[in-house]
Amino acid sequence: MVDLTAAPEILRTADGRPLKSALALAQRKAKWRAFFLVLPLLAFVVLTFIVPILKMLERSVNHDGFSSNAPTMVAWFNDHPAGADIPEDAYAALVTDLKQMQKDRTAGAAGTRINYTVPGTISVFKSAAREAEKLQPPYKDALIASNKMWGDPLVWVAMRNASSAYTSDFYMVSADLKRDANNSLVRVEDNQRIYVYLFLKTFVLSIVITVACLLLAFPIAHLLAVLPMAKSNLLMILVLLPFWTSLLVRTSSWIAILQEQGIINDLMVWIGAFSEDGRIRMIYNQTGTIIVMTHILLPFMVLPLYSVMRVIPPSYARAARSLGATSWTTFRRIYLPQTLPGIAAGSLLVFILAVGYYITPALVGGADGQLISNLISFHMNKANWSMAAALAAILLAAVLLLYWLYDRLIGIDRLKLG
Amino acid sequence: MKKLLVLSTALTTIAFAAQADVTVMSWGGAYGAAQTEAHVKPFTAKTGIAATMTDSDNPATPIKAMVEAGNVTVDVASVEYADAIRLCDEGVLEPIDPASLPAGADGTPVADDFLPGALTDCGVSTDIWATVFAYDTTKFPEGPKTAADFFDLTKFPGKRGLHKGAKAVLEFALMADGVAPADVYATLGTPEGVDKAFAKLDTIKKDVVWWEAGAQPPQLLADGEVAMTSAYNGRIFNAAIGESKPFQIVWDAQIFENEMYVIPKGAPHKDEALQFIAYATSTEGMQAQATQISYGPARHSANATPIMYKDGKTLMGPNVPTAPENMKNALPSSFEFWVDHDAELNDRFNAWLAAN
Repeated sequence: MVDLTAAPEILRTADGRPLKSALALAQRKAKWRAFFLVLPLLAFVVLTFIVPILKMLERSVNHDGFSSNAPTMVAWFNDHPAGADIPEDAYAALVTDLKQMQKDRTAGAAGTRINYTVPGTISVFKSAAREAEKLQPPYKDALIASNKMWGDPLVWVAMRNASSAYTSDFYMVSADLKRDANNSLVRVEDNQRIYVYLFLKTFVLSIVITVACLLLAFPIAHLLAVLPMAKSNLLMILVLLPFWTSLLVRTSSWIAILQEQGIINDLMVWIGAFSEDGRIRMIYNQTGTIIVMTHILLPFMVLPLYSVMRVIPPSYARAARSLGATSWTTFRRIYLPQTLPGIAAGSLLVFILAVGYYITPALVGGADGQLISNLISFHMNKANWSMAAALAAILLAAVLLLYWLYDRLIGIDRLKLG
Repeated sequence: MKKLLVLSTALTTIAFAAQADVTVMSWGGAYGAAQTEAHVKPFTAKTGIAATMTDSDNPATPIKAMVEAGNVTVDVASVEYADAIRLCDEGVLEPIDPASLPAGADGTPVADDFLPGALTDCGVSTDIWATVFAYDTTKFPEGPKTAADFFDLTKFPGKRGLHKGAKAVLEFALMADGVAPADVYATLGTPEGVDKAFAKLDTIKKDVVWWEAGAQPPQLLADGEVAMTSAYNGRIFNAAIGESKPFQIVWDAQIFENEMYVIPKGAPHKDEALQFIAYATSTEGMQAQATQISYGPARHSANATPIMYKDGKTLMGPNVPTAPENMKNALPSSFEFWVDHDAELNDRFNAWLAAN
């Protein structure tokens, strides 16, 4: 009978150490070595990718233009809950801060923050700061007499919300919302609504471009995959050539081709398809954005499709045909399912690139071919970084959500990029 | 090892030499080239202080980023008037003492020599430029004369080019609608006035090609993509005189403003930067720039003598925004208005543009 209570003999190395710990030690060394090898890349990614994204996210909820320059007001707001009437001591606190702002030249910074939610307040802040030394109590009457905006409850709601550096105001504006005098959210006027519309439009246009890319790329990729190597290499160069050409050059050449005095219109007039006055507009509008972006993003669809199609054994399709399937059934039931990882990878790639595209719509989009990225760049140029960051963060969140959906529906492990 | 040492010493020397430069940041294109020829090169020749020019789409954006990040590499930047005021208020710029600027060549003191508004707390004007509209004379022999003609699609058929942005476009629409320049900003300050401007723009919205970079409008005209377009006057002048294109500027309802040299806070060579600005905005510096591009000098003394374009036969006088015959129906751009309403009106403009 075997003695179950006896300890099993431990495996040892030649020098008598337990094998398990010796192995762990040897592997730890290898692991550290491997870690040091990837350390430069890791540091690079953290410094150039993760830190900037975190900074951006922070900016979208942080703007201390008002809170850091108006300490007395911040203290007052902290001590007094929101009420309908603004008493004299609030105005006195305001004047104290305005005097300091004039000394530090910070009235513009504070006004800029308030101006984001109540337009027209920068100059009110600046002129009040200039006159602050001369103001006599009662300050409430004096300030309102100098500019009636100081009596506007909206300004006070805005200042209360700006009294903390952390704010959701920029997300509020991104959703086409604003605060009314009671501090509750309402939609902005019809003629000011833009962000929600542009987000939706960006996603719809990106889907259209992705589908167009898929329809164009599928036959090309199939042809590339089934042709003999010599011919397919030549074709592949034709696919890659535009890929290697500068984005601006490609976009500008599309302008030359599509514009009203451009090659296509000239040709159509020459063969008599259009009259001289009947030239059609294919650029500086949504059509232009779709055409040019489809062309520019096409290689990102062709390459994953090609890499998947090349390894599909032709014998499967032949087997299906020999068992009596029609060519359509063979395609639908046998070939197409096997290309799914390529379709998924290409679509995801094209869609995510399209959602963030900016130069092409800026150059050929005209009025109605603009995407949300153009407004992000607009706010960057206006140095309203918090607004740009909020819009970018929403875009990032939407893309991550799609990625998550994709993972749930198709599975990220089925993604094949090449 | 020795090689390495030599190399690193050489690199350090280069880096040191590069650091001694006054770095000027401007807008590139014809304008950046004009400033390089008129200011950067002569400044180095005269003072021995090395200076270099770098380009940006809008220098106001990178200098703000630099100051906030605490890593300023630019000493002088050329920015729009409203940006010079706004950045100054936000504490991004060094104040510039007018006393450090030279008097006019004819001895006029600084305060009297500069045109009104050309000196601000943090900026000194280099020139006065204008947004005008221009057309192709081969298309309209009897060309448009007024801003109202720009909006008249029956009399002057064809596409129109306009800058994609609220500034200057809304003022132009109001003036085309018959609002006098003196009343433009008062009108635009009311909701009805804004509606009125957009209603005027609605009349041509379908026929507008929107441009973004200053180099685009001359190209759109040359390609025949638009029959007339708004543009910066210097760009049209360069195409018409410099490249002999059949373009004609219409000065009616021009909107002019100062371009400013500023020093970002924490500039590495602040003293040299001040010297550079003093030289560039002297009578001599302004006249030199006006030989390169048709923007008006911002000093009386620089306007006192006729200036010849670099081709040697075109007088600049009638081609600058400040010429009396060009100022008959002209609007000085209001920075106060745009500092306040920029965000609001551009949001409205973007929404209007995106709506079908």
